[in-house]
Amino acid sequence: MHELSIAISIVDIASRQAEAASAMSVSRVELDIGTMSGIEYESLKFALSVAVKDSILEGTEFRINRVEPLCECLSCTHLFIPNGLFGQCPECGEKNTSLIRGKELQIKSLLVEQKE
Amino acid sequence: MCDTCGCGQEGNPVKISRPGETDHHHDHPHDHDHDHSHDHDHTHDHTHGHHHDHDDHVHGTTQRLIKLEEDILGKNNLLASRNSGYFEAKGIVALNLMSSPGSGKTTLLERTIQALEGKRKVAVIEGDQQTLNDAERIDRTGAPVVQVNTGNGCHLDAEMIRQALKTLEPEEGSILFIENVGNLVCPSLFELGERNRIVIISVTEGEDKPVKYPTMFQHADVCIINKTDLLPYVDFDVTKAISYAQSVNPALTFMELSAKTGEGVEDWIQWILDLQ
Ligand SMILES: Nc1nc2c(ncn2[C@@H]2O[C@H](COP(=O)(O)OP(=O)(O)OP(=O)(O)O)[C@@H](O)[C@H]2O)c(=O)[nH]1
Ligand SMILES: [Mg+2]
Ligand SMILES: [Zn+2]
Ligand SMILES: [Zn+2]
Ligand SMILES: [Zn+2]
Ligand SMILES: [Zn+2]
Repeated sequence: MHELSIAISIVDIASRQAEAASAMSVSRVELDIGTMSGIEYESLKFALSVAVKDSILEGTEFRINRVEPLCECLSCTHLFIPNGLFGQCPECGEKNTSLIRGKELQIKSLLVEQKE
Repeated sequence: MCDTCGCGQEGNPVKISRPGETDHHHDHPHDHDHDHSHDHDHTHDHTHGHHHDHDDHVHGTTQRLIKLEEDILGKNNLLASRNSGYFEAKGIVALNLMSSPGSGKTTLLERTIQALEGKRKVAVIEGDQQTLNDAERIDRTGAPVVQVNTGNGCHLDAEMIRQALKTLEPEEGSILFIENVGNLVCPSLFELGERNRIVIISVTEGEDKPVKYPTMFQHADVCIINKTDLLPYVDFDVTKAISYAQSVNPALTFMELSAKTGEGVEDWIQWILDLQ
């Protein structure tokens, strides 16, 4: 279950940031997770609930944005949403396309509580 | 309105760039409002600076939004690029071999090591959750080997490789084979610093593996179809498997072989000898 490694990294990164900001607590962490990133959303949610134990992120809301895929044709630069898998360019038929969205594995932001 | 992606807006050229991934910059000829790609709508610039809501908020504190845009795998990627620098400095070519459990990674390595004898120095890192079995098999060939046991972990990561290298100390100019944990999903997410990725499927598996596990095939350079000696006894359609794999990654190089009988292995050996 690589989702657990991913969850542990998320907790590590976010805890470090919260500490750097002298946060008392973290109310929300926002993540961008692409549907092509190889992550199962349900597994990630479960893994996060395990990974936050005894960290400043216990009780934090995780907002997971599902980023849908977007392809660019390497021949005619047309942008299209791949049909299921990485597909062929619907404009020119080129098979060589690059996935420019959908592989995100990113912490977007943290909403922290600080002393006034 | 753009029919192709149905995103509903057209106008000025937009620059789509992925934060955290500096190697992809795309200027696009037509505009897209890609907010539709998130499963719930929200603005990204929350103004929660001083938001006094007595229900979910304690007096004497203030909320602050910290924008991060940090790659979750950033740390692993950093360590991987350090490994890759180490390999480069020592003239080592690292190959990451991945497959489902039992597709024949260790058997292929045993044969490869024999075939490279006298031609290239080799070293091996074996990744398995438990046991020293595979390392022992490699040890019998005479090649230097270390085993990484990942416990519950279903993949190798760059830090494990860094640690393994301290023990292994591969010779300059050698080919370093890294046998990843048998798993077609997780290992593909974790860069190790390797030069190339090799994915192995065997003819006893379904030919639709590439479309069921696209991430693995998408990131591979070579796809080996193993156990071809069994083709007369199974329904596996090689052409179909290749076209599935190509639909995911048109740049893949294919090799069909039997690690058991040695048939077809010479192409693989030649591919290795041509590296560097
Ligand atoms: N018939 C046939 N059997 C093979 C071939 N290659 C491997 N095998 C058999 O497949 C089984 C698994 O092979 P391994 O080399 O251990 O597979 P692996 O990918 O290293 O397995 P894990 O490390 O457990 O993931 C063994 O019984 C091998 O003898 C082949 O080309 N033909
Ligand atoms: Mg093995
Ligand atoms: Zn996993
Ligand atoms: Zn894993
Ligand atoms: Zn095109
Ligand atoms: Zn469009």
